[in-house]
Amino acid sequence: MNFDFFILMKSELSLLLIIFLLLFLKIWDGIKNPITLLHLTNVLLLINFLFGFILNSHGELFNGMFSTNSSLALEKNILNFGVLIISLQSFDWLKTHKHLLEYYVLLLSTLLGMFYMISSGNFLMFYLGLELASIPLAALVNFDLEKRKSSEAAMKMILSSAFASGVMLFGISILYGTTGSLTFSEMPGLITGRTLQLAALIFIFSGFAFKLSAVPFHFWTADVYEGAPVSVTSFLSVISKAAMVFVFISILMPLFVGNLHLFYIILLVTIVLTILIGNLFAIRQSNIKRFLAFSSIAQVGYVLLGLSAGNSMGVSASIYFLIVYLFSNLAAFGVISLVSVHSGKENIDDYKGFYKTNPVLSWAITIALFSLAGIPPTAGFFGKLFLVTAGASKGNFALIAFAALNMVVSLYYYLRIVKAIFVDVNEDPIPKLKGSLSLNLGLLLCFIGIVITGFTSGLYQYIAQAFNF
Amino acid sequence: MNEIGLTHILVISTSLFFIGVYGFLTRRNMITMLMAVELILNSVNINFVAFNKFLYPDKLDGVFFIIFNIAIAAAEAAVAIAIIINLYRSHKSIDISDADEMKY
Repeated sequence: MNFDFFILMKSELSLLLIIFLLLFLKIWDGIKNPITLLHLTNVLLLINFLFGFILNSHGELFNGMFSTNSSLALEKNILNFGVLIISLQSFDWLKTHKHLLEYYVLLLSTLLGMFYMISSGNFLMFYLGLELASIPLAALVNFDLEKRKSSEAAMKMILSSAFASGVMLFGISILYGTTGSLTFSEMPGLITGRTLQLAALIFIFSGFAFKLSAVPFHFWTADVYEGAPVSVTSFLSVISKAAMVFVFISILMPLFVGNLHLFYIILLVTIVLTILIGNLFAIRQSNIKRFLAFSSIAQVGYVLLGLSAGNSMGVSASIYFLIVYLFSNLAAFGVISLVSVHSGKENIDDYKGFYKTNPVLSWAITIALFSLAGIPPTAGFFGKLFLVTAGASKGNFALIAFAALNMVVSLYYYLRIVKAIFVDVNEDPIPKLKGSLSLNLGLLLCFIGIVITGFTSGLYQYIAQAFNF
Repeated sequence: MNEIGLTHILVISTSLFFIGVYGFLTRRNMITMLMAVELILNSVNINFVAFNKFLYPDKLDGVFFIIFNIAIAAAEAAVAIAIIINLYRSHKSIDISDADEMKY
């Protein structure tokens, strides 16, 4: 009996175990109390997260279809942690919801798809993971079945995501035609830069850019973020984006090794458009979820800026930034989720005078927004600093200056919300809110994450070591 | 010149792909848009089979890919139609211009 299989696939198998357990709980219908179910799920996710630290090994399964190593295990565990925080923060929303177990089954299936996508060693495996990660996500977006906006958002999401995977598949099929292989490890030697291969790479890049919501392919983002339930929005903006960046690092970058110059030009155009459009549209939003959608588009631009360096420093800077982004964005979404569940208000104007009634929550969202804007000493400052430093290693200082100037623009719209919270007066402010223990715990974890990663350098060094290939 | 070669098939599959893209971008009925996406996916299937038969007859990667592709396309269509039905309940229409509550 060989235990290699179980050890190599342990993060996927433990997740699968949780999914089936929750499914059986649903069918069995023995535990009626939703609070117990939620606590049980959170404990399971915590165990899953802690289990991610041990027994990590490296190797391949199924003829190289599935491969894993310590840096991939770290990436998966970042996602595990994000899902744990999201699960803690959805407590207030789910405790009155009668389909809470379905929510977790769909959420964890999506995560499972992302894990297979990250570990894939073959285009077939990658595509299966991608679809497993996007089909249940569309169902999740529609989770508020009776809301008109929710179904509109889900329709936009499933149609455009199917279209994007179709375009990406067309690229994969051309790549198969010109190289005769679907395995990633054989690819770099077979890509010679023929015109047809370049067309294929552009098709594949478009699919990636769509899932990352980089700019020419970002139209679905704001609508889907606005229509989806807040917890799903935070999942979309953090976990699904982070997973796509991880796959970008491990799949797309090696594919372009033979055509680095072309890749750099494509990335350059995408970065400039993404940062510019993300920032400009974020200024004029009045719904806070839409606002965070455009701000997350701009943040993806910065991640791509770090990745455009194409070296291990850019990779570790991006991973570090994604962790910081996870903490900051989830802290912001935690507060928004609490406000949205208890008062149903989602406009920026509704947050006027928020400090008068909820000082603690105001500080939480303010620190999160400062971190997103990149103000020292919050972690966001170092995240952006490392990304820009990595991007500068290419010597394209015009691009760096452009990115730095856009950070000033972004400061304006982040501070607009802070101003609404602290300075503006409001006749009818949001009443005093009391979140559950779980939600506060999730916020506290995010807060500790923002502060700790900002003040100590241990995390960045750990990541730089793990990704020093 | 009577034999059907790889070029003929690639012309068909590429035109199918672009018909799909055109249909997706111009049609306003959600079901029709879904059909356009299916056209794109099927053009990919044709591509894979043609490449497999003409260029790499000793490999099976392409054929395996389309088996999974067909299954996934079915799953995707099932979820998409479920979402569209749910949307029809609240909007009483499956025209995409009627679902426009969220705009810039």
